[in-house]
Parts: sequence; C-alpha cells; structure tokens
Amino acid sequence: MSLLSVRDLRVSFGSPSGPVHAVDGISFRLGEGEVLGLVGESGCGKSATATALCGLLPAGARTSGSISLSGQELTVLPEDAWRRIRGRRVSMVFQDPMSSLNPLMSVGDHLVETLRAHGDLPAREARAEAVQWLRRVGIPDPAARMSSFPHELSGGMRQRVMIALALCPGPDLLLADEPTTALDVTIQAQILDLLARLRDELGMAMLFITHDLGVVERVADRIAVMYAGGIAEEGPAAAVLARPRHPYSRGLLASVPGFHPRAGRLPSIPGSVPSPRDWPSGCRFHPRCPVADGICTTAAPTAADGVACHHPEATA
Amino acid sequence: MSPAVAKLRGILAANRAARWSFAVLCTLYLLALLAPWVAPYAGDDESRGRSWAPPSSIHLRESDGSWHTPFVRSVSFTFDDDAQRVWTEDSSCRYPIVLFRGGHLFGLADALPTPGWSASGGGVAPSGRLYLLGADARGRDLLSRILLGSRVSLTIGVVGVAISTAIALLVGGIAGFAGGWIDGALMRLCEVVMLVPAFYLLMLLRAALPLDWDSRVVYLSIVLILSFLGWAGLARILRGMIRSLRQSDWILASRALGTHPWTILWRHALPQTFGFLAVQATLSIPGYIVAESGLSLLGLGIQDPQTSWGNLLEEAMSIAEIRLHPWSLLPGLFLFAAVLSWNLLGDALRDAFDPRGGAS
Repeated sequence: MSLLSVRDLRVSFGSPSGPVHAVDGISFRLGEGEVLGLVGESGCGKSATATALCGLLPAGARTSGSISLSGQELTVLPEDAWRRIRGRRVSMVFQDPMSSLNPLMSVGDHLVETLRAHGDLPAREARAEAVQWLRRVGIPDPAARMSSFPHELSGGMRQRVMIALALCPGPDLLLADEPTTALDVTIQAQILDLLARLRDELGMAMLFITHDLGVVERVADRIAVMYAGGIAEEGPAAAVLARPRHPYSRGLLASVPGFHPRAGRLPSIPGSVPSPRDWPSGCRFHPRCPVADGICTTAAPTAADGVACHHPEATA
Repeated sequence: MSPAVAKLRGILAANRAARWSFAVLCTLYLLALLAPWVAPYAGDDESRGRSWAPPSSIHLRESDGSWHTPFVRSVSFTFDDDAQRVWTEDSSCRYPIVLFRGGHLFGLADALPTPGWSASGGGVAPSGRLYLLGADARGRDLLSRILLGSRVSLTIGVVGVAISTAIALLVGGIAGFAGGWIDGALMRLCEVVMLVPAFYLLMLLRAALPLDWDSRVVYLSIVLILSFLGWAGLARILRGMIRSLRQSDWILASRALGTHPWTILWRHALPQTFGFLAVQATLSIPGYIVAESGLSLLGLGIQDPQTSWGNLLEEAMSIAEIRLHPWSLLPGLFLFAAVLSWNLLGDALRDAFDPRGGAS
C-alpha cells in the first residue's frame, strides 16, 4: 500500500465572481520514502495541493475527493485531529525562509517548542536534541547557533533551520513547497543535496513542489507535471525529463536553457496560463498547444498511461 | 529583560524630552515610595489654629543680624476689616529646619529663643509648624498631603493600565485568533462598553458602590472601574493586529508543524504586539491619572482624610479659594508634571517603535 493516495482532489475558493477551481480533480500516489516532484507554472494549483495535504487551506476553501495517508482518510478530519497529523506525520517546508521563522524567537526556542509539542520530553533533553538537529542539517557550530535569532542567519541557514523544524517531529511525508526558490543558485544546490541526504537517512517520502525543472531533476524519483489545476503527465523522473509525452511537458522542457542545447532563440510556450476562474473548454492546454485539433477544444482528455492528452507523443 | 533595558537606554539617549520625563517620573515615583518618610507630617496631622497658613518663609538671619542654618517662625493670624486672615510671625523664637527628625527626612527642631528678645507672654514658646507649600483649611501640611496623595495618583495609572491591558490581551487575542462567532461576540461586547459615555458610566459605577468603604477598597474599586472602561479600545486594536499576524508565514509554518493553537497565540502572535503595547500603555497612563483626579475632584474617588491629587484639588474649585490661598493649586502642578512626563515618554517610545518614522 502506498503511503499517500490522492484521488480526484478538488479545491475551490469562493470569490465574488463565483467559485475558483484551483485544483480540479488530481490523483496521484506516493510510496514510502519516494520523492514526487510536482512541477508547474505559477497558478497551476501546486501550492493549493500542498496546502490541502496538510489541512491548512483557508476557511473559505472547499475540498472534495480523497486524501488517504497510510489508509487514513484525511479530508474528513476535524481541525483537532489534523493538528496531531501535522508535524508528526505530514510536515511542510515553506518557500520563504525569511518570513517563516518567528523574528522574536531564537532558533533553539523554535526547535525546542516543536520537539516538545510532539514528544513529552524535558526541556534539557529537548535542547540537546535540538542541537543534534541543527548539526544534522549542516549548521556549523550548532550549540552556539541555538541562541541566534532568525535575522542573524542567512537565507540558506534559515532554510536549514526550517528543514530541521519540519523533520524533527519525524514525519512520514514532507511537503516541500518551493523550498529553494527564494535562495541563491549555489545555496539551492546545497539545500537540495541536504534534502536528498536526509531522505536517505530518515526515509521519509517527499512531495517536492517546484516550477524549476533543473531542481526537480536532482531530487525526484517521479515527476507529475501540473497544468491548470490538473495533472498533465506523470511518470518516472528520468523518463519524463528525457522523453516528455504531453505537449505541455515538451514545451516546458524545451524552454529551459541547457536541457536540449541548440542554437537560436530559446523556445517558449505561447500565451499564458489560463485563469482558474475561466478554464478553457475541452483540454485546458489547447489554446496554447501546437498539436491541438477539433477534439481538443470540446472533450477533456482522460489520463491514460500517465498522460492526459488526446495526442500524446508515442513512447519510444 | 536586558534587551528591553538596552532599548530604553537607547531611547533615552536619543531623545532629550524623554530623558527629562524619565528623570521626573523616577523622582516622583521614588518620592511616592518614600512618602511617609519624606513628608514632614502625617496626612491627618492637623493644626486648626493655622487654617490656610501660607507657605512658611524660610529665614537665615535672626532679628539681631546673626546668621543661622535655615529656620522658620511660628505664625498666627488675626482677621482684618474684610474678615481676611492677616498672618504675623512670632519673632520670639526660631525653629531650625533639621534633617532626620522624629522618623522623617526633615522637620523642625525645638524652639530656640531669639537673643535679646523678651518674650511678651509667660515665656512658653508657641509650637512651630513647617509649611513648605502652605496649609489647608485644617492646618494640615500641603506638601505632606501631596506626597502621600501621589501614592494613589501615580500608582492608579500603572495598575489600571496593567489590568486593562491584561483584559485587552485576553479578549483581543482570543477574538483575533479564534475568528468566527467568538470574534463577533467579543467585539460586540467591546462596542457596548465603548459606546457608553465613559465619565457617566464611571460615576454610575462609583455611585453603585457603597461610599463608606475603606479607602483601600475604594482605591481598588476605582482602579477596576477605570480598567473596565479602558480595555475595549485596546482589545479591538489587538484583535486587528492578531488577525493580520495570523496570516504571517511563521504562524502558518508553526501550524504546519502541528503546534497547539494556544502556543501559537501566546508565543508567536501576542509577543509581536508587545512593542505597540508598551507605547499604548505609556500613553494611556496619564488618562487614568486624570480620570482618578476627576473622580476624586467630584468627591467620588478617594475621600478625605485619605489624600490623592484629585481630592486635594477639590479645595481649589472656586476662584475665591484660589485667590485667597493660591497654593491649593499646587497639587495640579504635580499632576501636570506626571501627566506631561508620561506623555512625552510615550511619544518617545512610539517614535522608537515606529518602523516608518525616523528618530525625532
């Protein structure tokens, strides 16, 4: 049995001009210790998916479908039960390490608070364990850093602290919502290596959300490409990156410099991401798709063999 | 604690008005603390023969031309044709002002006869009385009463603000954090408290309580009444701050880590408002001081023989009184100094905590 199984998850937000369907029927599975890269442009529903997975959607959001963690259905849980899931079973690292730490609390206090919220351990032991966690995420001189405040740390260091915080309760699943987007490229690489190493050490599964294909290549076992609230293509990372079958994945990969070196202008996908208030009819990618024809404008494709497209590229 | 002290030092170093205010307040509160010792007389130590005695003249020179340490004369009065008091000094003896006299910081020593001055009467020296700031209708020393009264007037603001801030933190914190119907109910409650005209409610509440209570109970009831009126506005502001803080990334992050909502509220949300609260508390202390004075002035607060600056000013309510014995206005000067200092200090704190304003 897989650790996480999401079936037909829909998330919509109320708005004055009617409901906005941010996530519109996505399904995927995640095995124990597996890393799924969730890739897509801004506004495609990646973050709403992650937020739904830890039950932190704002009060006005409506969710349907099923999220099942080790066989436990999460969508029906009351807030109190969600709180016991969060941290202990599902934890999250956010995009912006600059604002995700309380500016008035020291690094040590953050860790001690989280450790004590989940395990009934005395303050002294919690501090010792907190130092261990700081060391584990590669913070030099961890004992001295315990009393540092967030503003005294660099962005990379703060993200390391966030990772330690997210992992110290021992979750089975880590949701990493663009954890490297706000960081320098060199720091990004370090954080990715750290996450990969911690995954090997601790064995937690990870849902790695990013818009950056270069990042997802480094960490993901499998990749799901999201477009306009749905999953366009899903498959093993190497296969999707080497031979994308959905026209959107192909366009996305082609527009990354360095993946397929060529001369001339860097290709881009024409048009822009449609608004969740007003999805196009049929296949939502058809207005921007180079291979779209009549059927694409009327019928939404169903996912077959990991690809939701009427005209997928044949497997080689 | 030490970052707060360092912050205060920084503010005082940068702002001269704040420095002076801080010094004035420290002096006033120190005097209030030591009042029974600094005041030369007990608050109810009266001398009816010296009703409305003016501030004592302090002499250094005897009538024979010799120099001495500061001393005062005994005074007595007769009425003139307009039935006004005419004060005369009795030059038969002098009363040196000495330190550490009879358990007080300073007082009058025993009478020393003036050399070469033959006593008119039987040779019994009249008793002396030191009135540095004059006397009231019953011949009580105004300075002593101001000092003793400052204990009420100066603490009522601090205690009142502490209580109302605690209520505001609780109500505003819970309302902002819980949201929904709890928020709605608590905010409507705030509005009800706010919409009643404050001073009438104050008088109503005071009138509802027995008038013959012990002065300590009266003090406590005044503090509670004032706090009861003061919390609502602050609670509304705090609720707004907590609501916006609730959207902040670190609160979302701590929710994602499974932190208990109470922990989030007390450890992550409320501490962010403490800078604002420090400013708000400092700026609202003067309001409490003035409100207590107003209440006591109307005879609803501290009652004679207990003293506070407000009920001392009761004696300066008519222009005729002020014309005849202007020193009865002096408690107002102390009130003014305390209120102005708290306001200036509050302004300096606000400037220091305001992320947008430059240091002024």
